[in-house]
Amino acid sequence: MNIFACIKQVPDTTTRIKLRGDGNGIDEADIQWIISPHDELAIEEALRLREQRPDSTVTVLSAGPERVTDSLRMALAMGADSAVRLDLPGDADSGMNARSLAAAIGKLGPADIVFTGKEAIDDGAAAVGQALAVMLDMPSVTVVNGIDYGDGAITCRRDVGGGSIEVIETTLPAVVAAQVGLNEPRYATALNIIRAKKKPIDTLSADELGVTEANRKTRLKNFELPPPKQPCQIIEGTPADQAKKLIRVLAEEIQAI
Amino acid sequence: MKILIIAEHKNGQLSEATQELFGLPLGQAEVHAVVTGEGVEPLAGPLGQLGAAKVHLIDSPTLASGTGESLGQALGQFIPQLAPDVVLAAHTPQGKDLAPRLAAALDAALATDCVQVSCDGDQVTARRPVYAGKATAEVEFTNDSLKVITVRPRTAKSPEPDATRSAEVAPVAVELPEQKTTLKELIASDNARPDVTEASIVVTGGRSLGSAENFSIIEAFADSIGAAVGSSRAAVDAGYRPYRDQVGQTGKVVSPQVYIACGVSGAIQHLAGMRTSKHIVAINTDPDAPIFQLADYGIVGDLFEVVPQLTEAAKNRNGS
Repeated sequence: MNIFACIKQVPDTTTRIKLRGDGNGIDEADIQWIISPHDELAIEEALRLREQRPDSTVTVLSAGPERVTDSLRMALAMGADSAVRLDLPGDADSGMNARSLAAAIGKLGPADIVFTGKEAIDDGAAAVGQALAVMLDMPSVTVVNGIDYGDGAITCRRDVGGGSIEVIETTLPAVVAAQVGLNEPRYATALNIIRAKKKPIDTLSADELGVTEANRKTRLKNFELPPPKQPCQIIEGTPADQAKKLIRVLAEEIQAI
Repeated sequence: MKILIIAEHKNGQLSEATQELFGLPLGQAEVHAVVTGEGVEPLAGPLGQLGAAKVHLIDSPTLASGTGESLGQALGQFIPQLAPDVVLAAHTPQGKDLAPRLAAALDAALATDCVQVSCDGDQVTARRPVYAGKATAEVEFTNDSLKVITVRPRTAKSPEPDATRSAEVAPVAVELPEQKTTLKELIASDNARPDVTEASIVVTGGRSLGSAENFSIIEAFADSIGAAVGSSRAAVDAGYRPYRDQVGQTGKVVSPQVYIACGVSGAIQHLAGMRTSKHIVAINTDPDAPIFQLADYGIVGDLFEVVPQLTEAAKNRNGS
């Protein structure tokens, strides 16, 4: 099988966000970049599928600037066969990202299955998987936390919130967006991380992918940090007093109960 | 300006998140609504009372299961006929699956999970959280293509239905190709409590609960006030709670009216997932825990002593 995993590089979850001077983005200095956590599930699922199906290859794609190469190397260290960077600006919108991924899969495919994460934790748009599928004329299933692989078709468990699950069957090829629970991503060993440093990472230019600024439809601007909070009102007393006071606040001041 | 609201419904009722879309400041826009499914005609009345000038009904058995594929194809055919300037959907599991499909199929601009949306004349303004709420950013629409926007639930208040209003009703015919995806089964949740993303109150426990069993004191308190039970990532990683309860940047981003954090220190990725809650209460033994910097009300104390007292006080109040 020709298996693809699409990943995005994002700031680590522990990052304290600082805004750029012009307010139209974040200050990228001191940011530690990671593979977006749900995209690690996409890589892992691709690798596990390859283990089940002999003669399969796993190609990992990521759109973004030069820094993205580090995340692609990590994917190689986890076990992907090849990795390709799609040279787009870091602030490309989800349509541009999906378009570049579709073009790359068109060049490197045909794909039998494409895995993405259910969303990237930077913009949380949860858009690229579905958009990519439309562009590739494939079906897609999002927020998937379990897959049974059949012949030419798969059955997915789709997390629709509140603990409810949709069981969705789809023909292949398809795009599947991974949710936590699908698998436990492996750690790359130190040895494999060193080995991955020597592996080539190909680059496809925006030109080769046919993506230009003319494809842009949105841009994020005027970033704001959350407003500072009022100081916390500490409720004093014995636990019983504190509890009564808090319940009174919830019932009378906030009128929530 | 012409706006199309995609109406979501369940068991013959419009979803709360759909009703809220009519409460957004949409200026003088001409508001249309579209309903998909089987036997959806009765929903035209309520949509008219909420403010839709025209309700478009796409009635098809294929749409009853609500797969993203079928909804995307049906709406992808209908929307160019109506040619709206803006398509609005709620950022629910259905809306977030559907909107990117439409944007891609219609070569439209996409802004998901917006927490502010307004229309004035031909201007559309949208703001959305980034980095799970560590910041927000305005979405600039860089050309005049169709805009597909999903709106986070509880962004606006549903308007009171106006019984004197009614909408023009128009059936829409679509041709759906053979489907590649099929809904085989819907496994309903065994969770009697509301979901953390839907509840108006969330009570969250952290790893300091110490065991899955000890979460029963959190559950008892949550049940006494009709709240959902949330969990920190550390408590999920420790196996005390299922992932579906996890609040934070890698779990669920919640924005309830009241968020009560019990024994949660407030890791930055947790704070990102709940900071937009309207009122935040923190209960923690450590007065320097970062959660108190976000909290409106704090109790410095042992949750094992305080939380059972809260359950008791809530029950007494209900009984009185």
